[in-house]
Parts: sequence; C-alpha cells; structure tokens
Amino acid sequence: MRRRVVVTGLGICAPNALGKVDFQEAMRCGTSGVRYIPELARLGFRCPMGAAPEISGETLASSFTSLERRGLSASGLIYGALAGMEAWQDAGLAFAGPDQPDWDSGVLFGTGLMGADTFRSAIGRIDAGEVRRLGSSTVPQIMASGASAWLSGKLGCGNWSGANSSACSTGAEALMLACWHIRSGRAERMLAGSCSDSGPYIWGGFDAMRILSSANPDAPEKACRPLSASATGFVPGSGAGALVLESLESAQTRGARIYAEILGGAVNSGGQRGGGTMTAANAEGVRRCIRDALADARADPGSIDLINGHLTATARDPDEIDGWCAALGRSGRNFPYINSCKDLLGHGLAASGSMEAVAAVLQLAGGEVYGNTNAEDLHPEIATQIDRSRVPVASIPADLKYVAKASFGFGDVNACIIFSKYWA
Amino acid sequence: MSDHPHYTTLREIIRPYLPEDIDPGTISPESHLVADLNINSAHLVDIVLDVEDRFDIRLEDADMQEMATVAEALRVIDSKLENPGE
Repeated sequence: MRRRVVVTGLGICAPNALGKVDFQEAMRCGTSGVRYIPELARLGFRCPMGAAPEISGETLASSFTSLERRGLSASGLIYGALAGMEAWQDAGLAFAGPDQPDWDSGVLFGTGLMGADTFRSAIGRIDAGEVRRLGSSTVPQIMASGASAWLSGKLGCGNWSGANSSACSTGAEALMLACWHIRSGRAERMLAGSCSDSGPYIWGGFDAMRILSSANPDAPEKACRPLSASATGFVPGSGAGALVLESLESAQTRGARIYAEILGGAVNSGGQRGGGTMTAANAEGVRRCIRDALADARADPGSIDLINGHLTATARDPDEIDGWCAALGRSGRNFPYINSCKDLLGHGLAASGSMEAVAAVLQLAGGEVYGNTNAEDLHPEIATQIDRSRVPVASIPADLKYVAKASFGFGDVNACIIFSKYWA
Repeated sequence: MSDHPHYTTLREIIRPYLPEDIDPGTISPESHLVADLNINSAHLVDIVLDVEDRFDIRLEDADMQEMATVAEALRVIDSKLENPGE
C-alpha cells in the first residue's frame, strides 16, 4: 500500500515571526530574528547572540488556560503548542469531542531536550530537600513528548502520539516518519513537527564547543552567515514548526487546501565511519540520504528546483554543497537554487528542520526563493562548485515544482524530504 | 459548613483547578473534588501545596487521602491548625 501524502496545514513559531502569514513576509523581506541577548553576555558566552520567538502574554493566554500558565516555563513546549495549534486550525480541522478521540489523527512532535528551565528549577528544589514541592506541572514540561502530549490532548488525536529525537535532523525526521505512517495506511492525518527550547542551558554546550558565531554582536542580523566567505559559526536559535500531513484521499474528501505533496524522503546515519564523527558527517552518508530520498520519492535528480539545505554557517557549508553536487550530479549553472533559513532564524537545533520545512513549503506554494541575506560574499570554495546565480541574496520569484529539504545532526545523522507541487 | 471561617479561602484555592466547563458557583461543602468538580486527580497535589502555603501547615499523604470533599478538607485544615506539631 502506497498512498499519496499531502501538506494541508502550516504553523510556525519562529524567532522572526509568529504565524504563517507574518513568517512568509519576514522570510521574503529578510527580517532577522537574531538578537543580542544581554543575559548571555553577562554569563560570559563567547557568542552573546541568540534567536528566540517573542511571545507576548496575550499570545500565551490565547492558547494556554490560566491553570496551564501556572509554573509554565518550558519554552519549547510553548513554541510547539502555538505552532501545532496554528497548523491544525490552518488545515481546517476540528477538535475531537469530549467522549471519543479521532482515531485516525496523530501527533509526532520531536525535540532535543525539553523544558531546560523547568528542569533547572526542579533540580534546585530537589537539591534543597523539597521534592514534594514540585507539584504536578514538572513532568509534563520536561518529558521529551511534552509537546505531542499537550497537542494530542487539546486536539483529541487517538492515533500515534509521540516524540522523535535525532539532534538537528529531528524536525525533518518527524515529517518523514509521519509521512510514511500515513503512506502505509496507519493514519489519515498526522500533525508533525518539532520544537526546541531557548536559553543559556540549551545553547551553552554549543558555545563551549566554539562553533557559534564570533561576529560583532553590534550587528546581530549579520552574525549568522550560511554560504558566506566570512561565516564564523552559527547563532543558536529556537522555536517550532508544524505541518499537517494528510492522505490525499482524506484531504480530497474534506475539500482541504493542499499546499504541497511529500513525494518521499530518507533518514540515515553515516555511522561515524568514513570521516564521520559525533559532530562531522560521513560524506557518503549524506550522498546516500539524498539519493535514497529521491528514490523513495521516485523523483529525478534533475527535477529539483530548490534545495533548502542544512547550511549552518560553519566551515562545513562547502562540504554540504559538495554532497549535493555529487548526489544530484549537478553543478555550476545546472545546480538548483539553494538557500538556508539560518541567516534569519539562527540554528533552531531540533526545531530547525520543521521551521525550515514550513519555509520550504511556503516557497513552493508561493513561487519564490527566499534570499540568503548574508551570502553576498559567497564562500570561494562554494563559488567553484555552483554558479553565483544559484544563491540569491534577495528573495526572487521562481516557478518551483520540486523542492528538497535536508537536515543533518550530531551523531552523523541525516534526513532529506522531497516536496513537490500538488498535481491532481 | 458553608459558614466555616476558611470555606471562602478554600473555594478560592480550588477555583483555578476547575475545568472550564464547571461553574465555580457549583462548589459546595459536599462537593467531591474529583467526582463532582471534575478536578484532574493529578492536580490534587497542587491544591495540597496551595493549602499548605495559605495556612502555613504541612499535609502528609494520609491527610490528602482524607480530603476527598470540600468539607473533609476543611476538617483536615482545622485539625492541623489546632495541632500544628501533628
């Protein structure tokens, strides 16, 4: 059984915008969500910048009851809840009534580590001998499946409800797992996405590894520079992206708006062999992941019009371009358009793949390629592989039919999704 | 029981834990917290913590088990206030 799977809802809680409409405008205009964060400077971070969604009390009150807001400090859960609810409503789907869930709808919402701030305050209480004072709100905020549990409860989803985790490929992996679940007939609809917390306890480990941007914090919007000759590392970010994936039959029966089709994809690992390590990719693993994704999608490498890459603004960006060139057998002017959203969103870690997938679908549906705002000085190694015209700095209109989205992560893990326009 | 000196205070403690479809006006001394007021049983520990903070008492597991209704909770609170060392 192989059913077609389409995207019928989008939700986003990003550092540069909340909600699909504002996000599309922000990405099109190159509005940065990267900011100088005084708290990071005070704590002695090498990179005193970050990219986090800005959530007003009013927005919080619109989705969380007053009881839920008591002691609510898991930022990733907040982002995931907001993005997930938006996607569900954007798809025109209802909430199940009180007696019976919708057995054909599920939620798969990944994360890397949930509720660091909540966990920190719990640790303080436990160490002070006050474990009994934790109350009931600790566990739902620090379990990795906190977002999927919250969302499936609100929506009444009775199919698969869980969380996946594979570092920075988590978001893309969630979409593929959900897609295959629907494709094989195990569900009709899956709310799929990922989220990641904000703050020093999430970002500190990356700062210590010296892989974060050392750019001048006086110009934070220039600090995260994927594909650029002057890239010095990424700015850490956070947020959530959510997509409603649905069997084509279900979408057609409901008369739902269809943004795009997921033709297929792949997830794999380079096994930390052949040059791969905990932090570096086995190049063969990346090439295989892309080729396997095309095979799963039954798509030709020549058909890809746009790549939304992983491209983290580290020294590895040229390696990623090598991987795409080799896997697709394309280079120079024949290479697809390519972009990274991390210039504007920072690197949202576990949330990056889902936020960028929302951007990929919006570009496909909207017929445009978002600019790489900080790639005006294209990296010289990249310039020898692909033509400058393939890396637009400002957003441009483009007739896109096939878009590849990839995310890679610590542990030498890879995920790649092939989206296409939906044709009946 | 509704003229108990701590009844109003306890009602205010319970109120935020009511599901949205339960009218706070329905709280009475006889109300069973879980069966009548539909309070999620996981929140009983939060109500206990709020009661402890408000009355400056400490409630043990055994006390919690004797607080199924509003009136029972008031009796436990009275007992703790009268015998702070208990």
